[in-house]
Amino acid sequence: MAQAGHAAAFRGRTPTRALQPAQVRAAAVRAGTVVGVLLALWGLWELYRYVWIREAWTWPFPVNDTTLPHIHSIFQALGQPTSQGPLLITFLLHAAWFTAKEALVGFGLGAVVGFALAVALVHSRLAQRALLPYIVASQTIPILAVAPMVVVWLKSGWQSVAVIAAYLTFFPVTINTLRGLQSADTAAHELLRSYAASRWKVLWKLRVPASMPYLFSALKVSATASVVGAIIGELPSSIQGGLGGAILNFNQYYSITPADLWATNLIAAALGITFFVAVVLAEKLVVRRAPEQRA
Amino acid sequence: MKRNYVLALAALVVVAAALAAAFGMSRAQAAPKQQKLTKVTLQLKWVTQAQFAGYYAAVAKGYYKNLGLDVNLKLGGPDITPEQTVLSGQAEFGIDWLPNLFATREKGGKIVSIAQVFNKSGMTELTWKDSGLNSISKLRGKKVGVWCCGNQPELFAALNKNGINPAKSSDVTIVNQPFDMNLFLQKKIDAAAAMTYNELAQVLETKNATTGKLNQLSDLNVFKMASPSVGTGMLEDNIFTTEKYLHDPSHATTIKNFLQASFQGWIYCRDHVADCTSIVLKNGTALGHGHQLWQMNEINKLVWPNSFGIGHVSPAQVASTAKIAKTYGVTKKLPTGAVTYTLADQALNSLKKAGVDVYGSKYKPIKVTVTAGGK
Repeated sequence: MAQAGHAAAFRGRTPTRALQPAQVRAAAVRAGTVVGVLLALWGLWELYRYVWIREAWTWPFPVNDTTLPHIHSIFQALGQPTSQGPLLITFLLHAAWFTAKEALVGFGLGAVVGFALAVALVHSRLAQRALLPYIVASQTIPILAVAPMVVVWLKSGWQSVAVIAAYLTFFPVTINTLRGLQSADTAAHELLRSYAASRWKVLWKLRVPASMPYLFSALKVSATASVVGAIIGELPSSIQGGLGGAILNFNQYYSITPADLWATNLIAAALGITFFVAVVLAEKLVVRRAPEQRA
Repeated sequence: MKRNYVLALAALVVVAAALAAAFGMSRAQAAPKQQKLTKVTLQLKWVTQAQFAGYYAAVAKGYYKNLGLDVNLKLGGPDITPEQTVLSGQAEFGIDWLPNLFATREKGGKIVSIAQVFNKSGMTELTWKDSGLNSISKLRGKKVGVWCCGNQPELFAALNKNGINPAKSSDVTIVNQPFDMNLFLQKKIDAAAAMTYNELAQVLETKNATTGKLNQLSDLNVFKMASPSVGTGMLEDNIFTTEKYLHDPSHATTIKNFLQASFQGWIYCRDHVADCTSIVLKNGTALGHGHQLWQMNEINKLVWPNSFGIGHVSPAQVASTAKIAKTYGVTKKLPTGAVTYTLADQALNSLKKAGVDVYGSKYKPIKVTVTAGGK
């Protein structure tokens, strides 16, 4: 891992190549795998349903249309109109967009704060020793307990939701970036010292580039966490327009319209995945070779 | 390469800042300055549903505005305690059940009930008819579902009245019931708590797994806490505010007007059940029409008729609620000064002068056909 930063700092630009047949084939294989896994999961779900209903097994729970609806009924539910006209999927996509905005602000805030914190900590062992335990402790407090307090401080509204999302975001960024900032080669440090480089120069020319792969692994964790944080944060903030409101509502009516809650979860998962993919794409632009692709 | 990450970081900051600005701007545009309207916030007990139809109607029909008020209806939820929101100053008014107000007062939260909108309890306990559990006394030794956190005293009182001690596991197994009816529908519990206006309908909107038809009222025993045979109903949705807000003379007109317009909303919902249901649905887009129509009708039954006029109940009813609350540990002492209907009476007088029927003595519920899934 230590090599990554070193290489990133000193390697020049690699020329972009045209798509090779091998690459096309690899992409097709990858797409095929995704479809295959999805089909297998679908099959497993339906098989489980079929066997449990046929045998009337009640462990761990009795299976019926309420406890485990057909996958196709979940997708069907998305195409049903709500009482006010628009399809459920339209309603949910609006809710997802609303939540996405809160999560994005929270993610940005958390990433910036988390990164700044790591930079501060890497330059002071004292600060590190004094603050790190509290940074870790902050994450042991359940977000459910933090969220209502944030709402009392900031009043209810999307700002509180963004802060709650940021609270879940900053921690992985701080911890991983701190590790990343310390990961550059001793040889590289010595080289820069021989040039009498300032702390600032060392930070920008060596430490930060070396931390990039670490930062991006953290951002991937944080991206999905920020969506979860936003959804949880909406509940104490009296916000009905996002996915949190939709989940609360459909949860209440789960016994009569179970597929609606599953459909909402599907959209919430899709939003989290979108955030994750966005970070992966950003990583591709910034870090030429992500560690997991190097195998 | 070097510039890439700097650019990416800068982009991140810019995006965050732009979004924050966009949010701020859209907020500013969404709330243009009203001329001379007094802004107040009402904290609801739960999310948008017909339980709060009167307030939504008062907004939609302009009753608040006509009396110089700009009312923000703040949604409730699982992590929101209306008493706390009002005490922390985030809302002037709140809706909650009366026993919770007593409990908050006892802990030092200076809030006062200024109108009792629901004058009877909507709490029931359900059993399946084929179980043979056709009276509360037969629940001895059974698994009885109860909601936690201040919602259990009515049933505990009913059990106690029938010689069953809810605190003794040899008498009865009390099951902490989640806020949906799955345990009951799957027959994992023998009896379940249900509000007439919500969970009862959810049972009826579900198909029976064996017959494939919707569950019928005739399949159920419904023990209504408010009925004379059970007789342990407590007062539920009331409007409250802080003592500080109430006793500031400059707020007297605002409070009176708020109550008057809210009452008007409830009167409108009494006389226009279908229209009021649409108003609620417009405020909560994914709600089922059938379920909300049922709820609207059942809520009307809890509000009307009221021989004192909407918002006012007899001291005996308040005392009965207080007594049950004390008996089952919601409060340690009987409350004093927790209820004052002076401003509600002023609001009622204004409405009566305008020729509005505030009693609903001729109120008749409509008949609602249950729809599968409450669609």
